[in-house]
Amino acid sequence: MPDPGESMTVAIASGKGGTGKTTVAVGLANALERDVQLLDCDVEEPNDHLFLSLEGIRSVEHSIPVPRVNQDLCTACGKCSGFCEFNALALLKDRVLVFDNLCHGCGGCTIICPEQAIREEDRPTGRIVYGTCGRIEHIYGDLNTGEPMAPPLIRTVKREITGKKPVIIDSPPGTTCPMVTAVKDADFCLLVTENTPFGLHDLEMAVEVLGDMEMPMGVVINRSDIGKSGVKEFCREKNIPILLEIPYSRTIAEKYAVGLSIVDAEPQYRRKFVEMYAKIEEMAAEATEKQVEVSENAGGAGGHR
Amino acid sequence: MIICITAQGKEKSSRVDPRFGRCAYFCFYNTDTDEYSFEKNAFAGGVGGVGVQTGEMMARKEVKVVLTGQVGPNAYRTLEAGGIEVYPNADGTIEEAVGAFLGGQYSKTSGPTGPARHA
Repeated sequence: MPDPGESMTVAIASGKGGTGKTTVAVGLANALERDVQLLDCDVEEPNDHLFLSLEGIRSVEHSIPVPRVNQDLCTACGKCSGFCEFNALALLKDRVLVFDNLCHGCGGCTIICPEQAIREEDRPTGRIVYGTCGRIEHIYGDLNTGEPMAPPLIRTVKREITGKKPVIIDSPPGTTCPMVTAVKDADFCLLVTENTPFGLHDLEMAVEVLGDMEMPMGVVINRSDIGKSGVKEFCREKNIPILLEIPYSRTIAEKYAVGLSIVDAEPQYRRKFVEMYAKIEEMAAEATEKQVEVSENAGGAGGHR
Repeated sequence: MIICITAQGKEKSSRVDPRFGRCAYFCFYNTDTDEYSFEKNAFAGGVGGVGVQTGEMMARKEVKVVLTGQVGPNAYRTLEAGGIEVYPNADGTIEEAVGAFLGGQYSKTSGPTGPARHA
């Protein structure tokens, strides 16, 4: 991991959708008042850009390489379909079928084919958009409507991380591949939740996933004065710090509706976000130290990454 | 001829499983010998493309007819390429479904009956 404080990567995730990831991601990027990369990896519904007056906007098409089989060269050996983890190739009656919508574009089948019967064709899945807003460098993925394959686009967005300034990643909701892809390799994950039955249920799932990833985490409770579903009790039990509580505010909601950040709606949140970020830096540094100790005790074989 | 029925259990009295790729068991019925055999669906918990895997397996076993609830587009394309006919909306017990099929009560589909279901 990079030195904390210099180029830390914080992922904002939630489990449940609509809890306030965008509010927190954009608010934090604004509040830091320093050069920062804000990556919107919620590629099915990127919306951070709606709260930023972006300049110098440019976009690049994104596609993934999918296999095309030359049936004249194919001997139906089945190596390609046997290799594919995602069942994007199937061998039926001496013929290979390709399922583009299942293909992750890894290129493995092309390499493994002993007859060189497979060539690759680019299949567009979306685009990457770049722009800046003050000290915020914003990059987001925009997946084509109806496109099921989000992870390759998310990975491409994350390749824009320079390591030279702090990174804030707005992750997709849920706990499936897109969320894991967005959060992976972050130094810290901030989980935004609400104190409702669905908020708690999905938080529990997100915590389980992040636990498996050995990811240090903290919680933000949004609309914290609404609902009583035991989010705080759960966090206490799991020893996860609650780093910020945002009570319901009509002002924040009204400003959000016209594309203004929480820190413009209620300026006291600037300080609160900065304080929260300082705590995250401390916790990420502690987590790194622990990992170093663990790896040293294990014979200095390096961290888990 | 071998008929494959997607099943919720491993008895002739078990109900038809409406899911194709993620059904609990496969029942293979041989119309020539009137024999039933059952197999647990090892693909049921797979991440994606289980309809394709299931269709591939059925083609290897030389299944000619599938009785199930619904089939998605990936599964249908695989079965079609394997020369397997699909009879959707089967229900009741395995035995009842086989009886209904042999009695001509089910009709074959010429396309997928629903969208692909992801894990």
